[in-house]
Amino acid sequence: MGVTDPATDTAIESGRQEEAIRVTDLHKSFGKLEVLKGVSLTAQKGDVVAIIGGSGSGKSTFLRCINFLETPSAGQIVVNGEEIKMRRDGSPVDRRQIERIRTRLGMVFQAFNLWTHRTLLENVIEVPVYVLKVPRAEAIKRARVLLDRVGLGDKADTFPAFLSGGQQQRAAIARALAVDPSVMLFDEPTSALDPELVGEVLTVIRDLAAEGRTMLLVTHEMKFAREVATHVVYLFEGRIEEQGPPEELFGNPQSARLQQFLQTVG
Amino acid sequence: MTTLRALMQPHRIVMLLLLVAVVIWCAVTLRWDWIPEYAPLALEGLWRTIWIMVVTCILGFALAVPLGLAQAVGPWYLAAPARAFCTIIRGTPLLLQIWLLYYGLGSLFPQIPWIRGSELWPYLRQAWPYAVLALTLSYAGYEGEVMRGAFSSVNKGQLEAANAFGMPRLTMFRRIWLPQAIRNVLPTLGGETILQLKATPLVATITVVELYAVSSRVRSDTFIVYEPLILLAVFYMIIAGIIALAFKRLEDRVPG
Repeated sequence: MGVTDPATDTAIESGRQEEAIRVTDLHKSFGKLEVLKGVSLTAQKGDVVAIIGGSGSGKSTFLRCINFLETPSAGQIVVNGEEIKMRRDGSPVDRRQIERIRTRLGMVFQAFNLWTHRTLLENVIEVPVYVLKVPRAEAIKRARVLLDRVGLGDKADTFPAFLSGGQQQRAAIARALAVDPSVMLFDEPTSALDPELVGEVLTVIRDLAAEGRTMLLVTHEMKFAREVATHVVYLFEGRIEEQGPPEELFGNPQSARLQQFLQTVG
Repeated sequence: MTTLRALMQPHRIVMLLLLVAVVIWCAVTLRWDWIPEYAPLALEGLWRTIWIMVVTCILGFALAVPLGLAQAVGPWYLAAPARAFCTIIRGTPLLLQIWLLYYGLGSLFPQIPWIRGSELWPYLRQAWPYAVLALTLSYAGYEGEVMRGAFSSVNKGQLEAANAFGMPRLTMFRRIWLPQAIRNVLPTLGGETILQLKATPLVATITVVELYAVSSRVRSDTFIVYEPLILLAVFYMIIAGIIALAFKRLEDRVPG
């Protein structure tokens, strides 16, 4: 079958690397429907892990469980060596801990979710100023650098509603970068975009990968995953069906399901 | 803003001329000689109308936020009384509420010794605290219902983003949820505030001398009926116009 043992860590086997995220045997059920049936994954610092799979495979749920936007049913999550304390049923013991860990995970959503009542600059400084208590002037200075970086320096005082999807998503990436996250979580960042706008967002993500940002990336862009990922995970019905370096996974898929999946998505 | 050029179209010129004609006709043929005598009282009444409206809107809205929140996401033991309060307030005439508070509480309080003896008694024996209370509760009841919808209408993704960045719940409420909820219902709130303005004459029935009460005074003193009423209408229209403009400004500041 060629199915990898799900308990095996996905880290590249190389000396002593610093671990950014370790997820062990993660389960998630919505009522009777079990969406995740024991997923384990480890990302070292600098890893870009692409998570692929068909719709309903649980890839978004997996990502959302990592920062507890969904409460896992069981499993273990360790971020930067700090284990999230969970009860038997998976619910967090300490809300403060969840909040603290969340500030280290920069999330980028499929639907951007920029705060519509604030300008781009206000969006980017919101979390640094009101959660991390960074002095406002400092946060603004940094936000301008980040907006420049994603090519939106001239849109700082614009409201999200007046921007294209691609611009909004780039701003959302700047917002996530503003907390200087140790891991960035991308939940299908280009799925809601018009085809001609996908490129500009991928360019930004590619740059982040190149500078060694640790990222977990749920995506439908196979070509992109192959290009930027250091490690690819294929989820099927809530389990890791196959994983490995992109060249192997895309070049020489072992599982029949992955082969079929890669054929359908082209 | 309407430019001068836009005003210079034929149909607009005709309308403007008509307006000028009506004003001149009013000024020339109607009696206005009572104005100097009653101007100070009218100014007092105007001031009272405005502060009663502003204060009851602010207090009422401050109550409406928890009322709406309780109904939108609160546990049943908070949601049920909040819903009951809104239903009762919205289901009974405001005039009745004012009278119940004024004649009810107002005649109950003097019988309770410690209230009679309290520092608040000099205020509680006047009419305006009951007027303010009744109008506040009324605004809270209506706006509580509006805010219930407003809180539910905020896009879940907006709150999820706040959650995902580790924003504490109170910060999220203050920075994201409440402002977005208010933004979503600003047009409604603007209309309701104008309704509140137009509800203020009811407090004249419990001896609070606001703008409407002044026009009644003029009528009963001088038997001049229409002129004070016309002037009263103009005053209310000006205040309503200012309220509408203020809300428009607010709406324009943040795109919805």
